[in-house]
Amino acid sequence: MDLRYSESDEKFRRELRAWLASAVPKHGAPPPAHDWPARVAYDTGWQRKLFDAGYAGINWPAAYGGRDLSATEQLVYYEETARAGAPYVGVNFVGLLHGGPTIVAEGTPEQKARHLPRILRGEEVWCQGFSEPGAGSDLAALKTRAVRVGDDYVVNGHKIWCSFAHVGEFCELLVRTDPDAPKHRGISWLICPMDLPGIEIRPLPTLAGEGEFSEVFFNDVRVPVANRVGAENDGWRVTNVTLRFERGTAFASEMINLQKYLADLAGVARRITRHGVPAWDDSALRREVGHLLAELDALWAMVKLSVSRSSQTGVPGLEGSAIKLYYTELCQRITELGVRILGRAGIARDDVAGLPSKQILHRHLNSLSLTIAAGSSQIQRNIVAERILGLPKDR
Amino acid sequence: MDFRLSEDQEALRDGIRAFCDGRFPAERLGECAGAGGFERALWRELAGMGVFSLRLPESRGGVGLGMADAVLVFAELGRRLLPGPLAWSHLAAGLVEGAASGESVVGGLELDGGGPLLVEHAAQLDALLVVGEDGVARLDPQALAAAPVGVPLDPLTPLHEVASIPAGERLGGRELAARLRLEGGALAAAQLLGIAEATQELAVAYAKQREQFGRPIAGFQSIKHMLADMYVRQEMARAAVYAAGATLDQPEVGDPARAVASAKLVAGEAAMKNARTCIQVHGGMGYTWEMPPHYYLKRTWVLGTQFGTADDHAERLAEVLAGAPGL
Repeated sequence: MDLRYSESDEKFRRELRAWLASAVPKHGAPPPAHDWPARVAYDTGWQRKLFDAGYAGINWPAAYGGRDLSATEQLVYYEETARAGAPYVGVNFVGLLHGGPTIVAEGTPEQKARHLPRILRGEEVWCQGFSEPGAGSDLAALKTRAVRVGDDYVVNGHKIWCSFAHVGEFCELLVRTDPDAPKHRGISWLICPMDLPGIEIRPLPTLAGEGEFSEVFFNDVRVPVANRVGAENDGWRVTNVTLRFERGTAFASEMINLQKYLADLAGVARRITRHGVPAWDDSALRREVGHLLAELDALWAMVKLSVSRSSQTGVPGLEGSAIKLYYTELCQRITELGVRILGRAGIARDDVAGLPSKQILHRHLNSLSLTIAAGSSQIQRNIVAERILGLPKDR
Repeated sequence: MDFRLSEDQEALRDGIRAFCDGRFPAERLGECAGAGGFERALWRELAGMGVFSLRLPESRGGVGLGMADAVLVFAELGRRLLPGPLAWSHLAAGLVEGAASGESVVGGLELDGGGPLLVEHAAQLDALLVVGEDGVARLDPQALAAAPVGVPLDPLTPLHEVASIPAGERLGGRELAARLRLEGGALAAAQLLGIAEATQELAVAYAKQREQFGRPIAGFQSIKHMLADMYVRQEMARAAVYAAGATLDQPEVGDPARAVASAKLVAGEAAMKNARTCIQVHGGMGYTWEMPPHYYLKRTWVLGTQFGTADDHAERLAEVLAGAPGL
């Protein structure tokens, strides 16, 4: 039970901190949320800078452009980038934290060589093609069909809630390759280039009014068989590798950010006057903030425990479901507190009276997706109940 | 950094768990409650296991371990609801003669500027530590004008009310007082973690065997999700409590006061919610005296008032953030 970072971890921290101190201010402020070309340029540009400085793919294999460093150095990386206010992964999310790690774990040498270095250099943006109108929580019920014709799969179907589909060059695509097998045994995981003929993308604005995800229609799209990751019909297992990454460590930098955000909210509460005194003078508010900080501390300790355990296997454990559940619900409560602190200013999505309404509302509205995406809170509870506690699978 | 338990720590935890399971099984709860206190024999056996001398250096007859180890031990004691002033006697090792060996049973009282002054297990104490703002004193429990409280909330934690605290033998100043509160907070948090864990396991076991509508209630999503939440709360509490123990041993990794406040708050809430949910999952049986869940709930209330309440710790944590720069 040792929380001390090693001397080499601390050396890594000092170097990274020094680099971030000059690199972050130089990269400037993020572009407006609706300006997607600018966002892609900003996010991939930052990724390129990370790569050039040797800070991309901290725990990815060196052979594919990664650093091959330890899981604890990865944690140091999250801590320092959040502390420095470095740009968020943004459009690189699926490639860096989701599809990329899956290819590291399950891809062929050709797939690794083709994609991993480009993802790390910010040259490839990925999107997700998992959910369908009839396959949300019941993801394994997906119907998008892939029929093998020669060296291609011919894909037909309809995907929805595809994050970054309108800017992605590659899609991690789940398809049904055997319609007769039980639903979990007929799925394959494909790398689908998004410029293939027959792909139609329709943006689907979120409740925050943003165009983060889309519906994607596949009409006789020919995806090379060589683009399959893992064996044919073994895609459900591969998917679970992907999902464990998504649930486990993908949120680590957000958690540290959230701590900073809570401190920011305390600052806003000191500037807002309620009943003639600063809102922060209200002990009920202070206790609520303190309570949320305690939960964040517990969550971060849990991440350290999980990283320590998974440093053996390289894949996050089932506790990722517990972490995802706790983090996403906590994040909603923290961002909602922000809206309540604003009072009347919280009904404006532009800054009013010198208060940061825009950002506070943006964060809260966006947080509403967290308890739905990557397996809803209810699905996470089923996973904890059935796979950790051994409860019956009845629905 | 490797936050997992070492092999020695796992062995320590397993040893204490086996002892508690054998020596204080759930059936003994009712029996012990009827007798109005704990047996001295149990105290000596706990001492023999090193519960009180755990952090005393080997040169002074102790085991020479740290707070990270102590929280593991106390989580096990909490799991089985072992009675007695466990944390105080542990804290008294090295301060009060006989505490480490279990020959003296040492209790404690925190003065927070208010009342009432309720001393736990007063009739069985050989010494009482009184922790105030500016220091720690040792008192002879016989010298207290203590009146028993007829019915304590926790049947295993008898109470006496004292009108005033006489001056005792001064053992140390502010620094010692602060240290005892901090370490005591971590030990209480660990016991609360044990309660969160035990109530989760009780509820899961009951839900798997209790049948309604022709099948085990553990199959209903409404129940499953309650049980899943119990597990999540328990695991977050575990992480926070372990972090508090490790941070007290190695202050270079963080702020011990913050780590203890977070652990006490999160573990206290996990214990309270899990004990309540445990009663709910047991249904009508959960509302009876003969079933164990109520003992856990009642002990949780007792531990919740020791070494800072949830509100105290929340206020302290808010102060941690108050100095940070604004948005």
